[in-house]
Amino acid sequence: MTDRAGATIRAEALTKRFPGASAPAVDAVDLHVAAGEFMTLLGPSGSGKTTTLNMIAGFEEVTSGRILLDDDDIARLPAHRRNLGMVFQSYALFPHMTAAQNVAFPLRQRKVGKAETARRVAEALELVHLGGHGDRLPSQLSGGQQQRVALARAVVFSPRALLLDEPLGALDKKLRESLQLEISRLHSELGITFVFVTHDQEEALALSDRIAVFRDGRIEQVGTPTELYETPASRFVATFLGDSNVFTGTVHGGLLDTGSAQLHCDGPDGPGCLVVRPERLRIGAAPADGANRLSATVSDVVYQGAFRRILVRFDDGSTGLVRDAGDAATTTRGDRVEVSWPAAAGVLVPETAAERVGAGVGSGSGVGVGAGVGVGA
Amino acid sequence: MTVTSPVAGAAAPAPPRAPDPPPGRRLARRVSLLLAVPALLVLLVFFVVPALRLLWLSVTTPEPGFGNYTALVADDVTTTIVLRTLLMAAVVTVVCVLVAYPYAYLMTIVSGRWRGVLLAVVLVPFWTSLMARTFAWVVLLQDNGVVNQVLGAVGLGPVRLLGTTAGVTLAMAQVMLPFVVLPVYTAMRGIDRRLVDAALSLGARPVTAFTRVYLPLSLPGVAAGATLVMVLSLGFYVTPSLVGSPQQSMLAQFISVQVNQLVDFGAAGALAVTLLVVTLLLLGGVRMLTRTRGATGSGIAGGLT
Amino acid sequence: MTGGPTLRRVLVGIGILVGVWLVVPTLVVVPISFSGEDSFAFPPSSWGLEHYATFFTESSWLTSLLVSLQIALIVTVVATLLGTAAALALDRTSFRGRGALDGLFMAPLIIPGIVVAVALYAAFLGWGLIGTPLGFVVAHTVLALPFVVVNVAAALQNVDPVLGRAAAGLGASGWATFRQVTLPIIRPGVLAGALFAFVTSFDEVVVSLFVQSPQLQTLPVRMFTSVTNEVDPTIAAASTVVLVVSTALLGLVALTRRKSTP
Repeated sequence: MTDRAGATIRAEALTKRFPGASAPAVDAVDLHVAAGEFMTLLGPSGSGKTTTLNMIAGFEEVTSGRILLDDDDIARLPAHRRNLGMVFQSYALFPHMTAAQNVAFPLRQRKVGKAETARRVAEALELVHLGGHGDRLPSQLSGGQQQRVALARAVVFSPRALLLDEPLGALDKKLRESLQLEISRLHSELGITFVFVTHDQEEALALSDRIAVFRDGRIEQVGTPTELYETPASRFVATFLGDSNVFTGTVHGGLLDTGSAQLHCDGPDGPGCLVVRPERLRIGAAPADGANRLSATVSDVVYQGAFRRILVRFDDGSTGLVRDAGDAATTTRGDRVEVSWPAAAGVLVPETAAERVGAGVGSGSGVGVGAGVGVGA
Repeated sequence: MTVTSPVAGAAAPAPPRAPDPPPGRRLARRVSLLLAVPALLVLLVFFVVPALRLLWLSVTTPEPGFGNYTALVADDVTTTIVLRTLLMAAVVTVVCVLVAYPYAYLMTIVSGRWRGVLLAVVLVPFWTSLMARTFAWVVLLQDNGVVNQVLGAVGLGPVRLLGTTAGVTLAMAQVMLPFVVLPVYTAMRGIDRRLVDAALSLGARPVTAFTRVYLPLSLPGVAAGATLVMVLSLGFYVTPSLVGSPQQSMLAQFISVQVNQLVDFGAAGALAVTLLVVTLLLLGGVRMLTRTRGATGSGIAGGLT
Repeated sequence: MTGGPTLRRVLVGIGILVGVWLVVPTLVVVPISFSGEDSFAFPPSSWGLEHYATFFTESSWLTSLLVSLQIALIVTVVATLLGTAAALALDRTSFRGRGALDGLFMAPLIIPGIVVAVALYAAFLGWGLIGTPLGFVVAHTVLALPFVVVNVAAALQNVDPVLGRAAAGLGASGWATFRQVTLPIIRPGVLAGALFAFVTSFDEVVVSLFVQSPQLQTLPVRMFTSVTNEVDPTIAAASTVVLVVSTALLGLVALTRRKSTP
């Protein structure tokens, strides 16, 4: 009964402390999801993304903070009165009900009339292309079909926001991709707000309007997929989303001193990490003015069809990754090469104490390939 | 899909800025724990209290002290009955093990369908009414009953069975058989046949392969089943009362006589407590042996008394 | 020990003998119940329905049958309600003393019947419950509770806890979730527990012998006195009726079990 389909969701200083745990699972998180937005909560397991979703859904008690659905604080409302759709990784279909009965369940709770229920159930099943499957039991449906029933059930009562907790996690790759499209289509057709939890960065990049990257109970960065990829705010974000080359050192007057090289960059003086995406590195090309260049030895070349992944060892012993689209087609293992990139291709991120320890593991000068190497490639 | 919902307003807004109410769900959890209270009350009042009262009676009636317990040891009749009960339980146990072992082995080598039949057959005494079954044994074992007719036909009878230890053994072992067959079968099913083949290929004779490899591996099942039968036999009342004779009474009958005819709750209590302690000790042993909590419960869940 | 043909033949022979030993004795009451004579002779030389006529007309038999049925029905309801509630309360909870509580709920199964019987007799004498319907009902309820708790608890183990969240997320209150989700899923377990409770009460002898009075007897008690004191073939008819009732009910349990584990 509202002119807007989607609701805004605002978490303010949202905190969850589990009894007996030393650190809070969610630590004063502020998150603003716009009406109709597709927001993904992305992070490794234990980063607090699922706990945040569960607090929004009402499955976890809030230790402190507020959750605003439009202008109403729902943080203390029991789950069944929040009127939010929810989709689970394990589908959570009621095994004793047919697909249609499952979809009718939320309408039954809301005392919707028989004819109206039948009409809306049929519509919802049509919406997920399961029109003829209403009388099947969950056990008679495939995993992908079950999750589509769960989607229909979660939206049939026209909630103004849909919460999805790793809904594709239990499916194989092919089904996952087709259901990604399905979810994307549902989002644009229904126009309601989606909050989507995943640990799969590719999925997050493919689906989201914006992504909130979680780490240790806090949000590290919120932004569009492009923003996060092109201008990560921290080394963690840079390495969690996609592959990165990270050079650690001290900035002085637009130059990063790694201990063995001086690299051009743009940022304030002090300790920092220079992040350069592998596709921005060039091998053997004539460097433009103001470009950074390092000499290195090729340690491996992996052919991947459209491009090649070239692993190099810089002269100071650290390793790097180059994604090459064809310029260095003749490069083979053992070649001596010049690796270069324009200064504007690098992003300088602050280095925190914790990360300095991490960098030390890689090599003395702090040049290393981020944790994201190989993830989902 | 329309976006109109009859209950869009159902999510009643919480009063803004209200002081945080105490977390409601822990309360709900506590409320749901209250659901166990009625059952617990029934058990406390009608089970725990009577049991403790009996224990109390055994050390206070007719006079305070452990007189009832020392009398158990001193009294010839009591010791005779306790020994007889132990002997009877042991005989039933041995009979059960001797019959159950080949039966369980048969279950492991037949096809799935026949295994189901054998399992159903062994569970028949579980299924059927105790009184009906016991009455049937009374009829069968009488002097001119079917068993004696068969024995006579093959030239072995007639033999007196009703009112004898042999008759009681026959009737009790029938009911107890599943308690051995099931754990032994479970143990046998877990034995890797290739171990026996390996022993044979290493030159062991079949008998050696059996006694040195198969038998030891199946022994835990035998031990579990045997202990269970032993325990349950100690407390048997109906079968020995009806199939046996009063002159050969067992512990449970003796307890009953103390209560009903001598109205000596002190002695009855002491006997019952002794029986209970022995039962619990033996069952604790079974549980340590098998580590399967369900087996004991579901086994007895057949309705044995 | 691959099981040569001789060994196999011996085993099959043992299997058949054991089968006869287990099954036939129970069935022998059926032909005797249709005997036309006033004895336990087997096989009967003439046939008739007199024993059934006596069973269903003579007041001591008929009354005890009706008493048994009534008590068993009440016990079924009470034990099922209490046991199901307890199983629900204890589902997926852990606290200090949980093991002791489980032990308490299982204790009536494990403790020898004669011990329970004497304990209850001593207590009931003082409380004036001997020979009363209430005495029978509480005694049988104590014995039936473990069956209900075990069956319902096992059924609850199969309920995915995420279903409760899903139901709440879809707008179901706690009670609606229980009625529409949990209860339908555990119904086979509750039903099995109820049937076991009925059979437990309907079949119970030992405790009943101590709780009874000459004025109020259940059928198994009446049968027990018949075997001890009389030579009355009516008991064959009674046995057959009891066999049919309890076998039918336990068959139902087996059916519901099969249904609940697809």
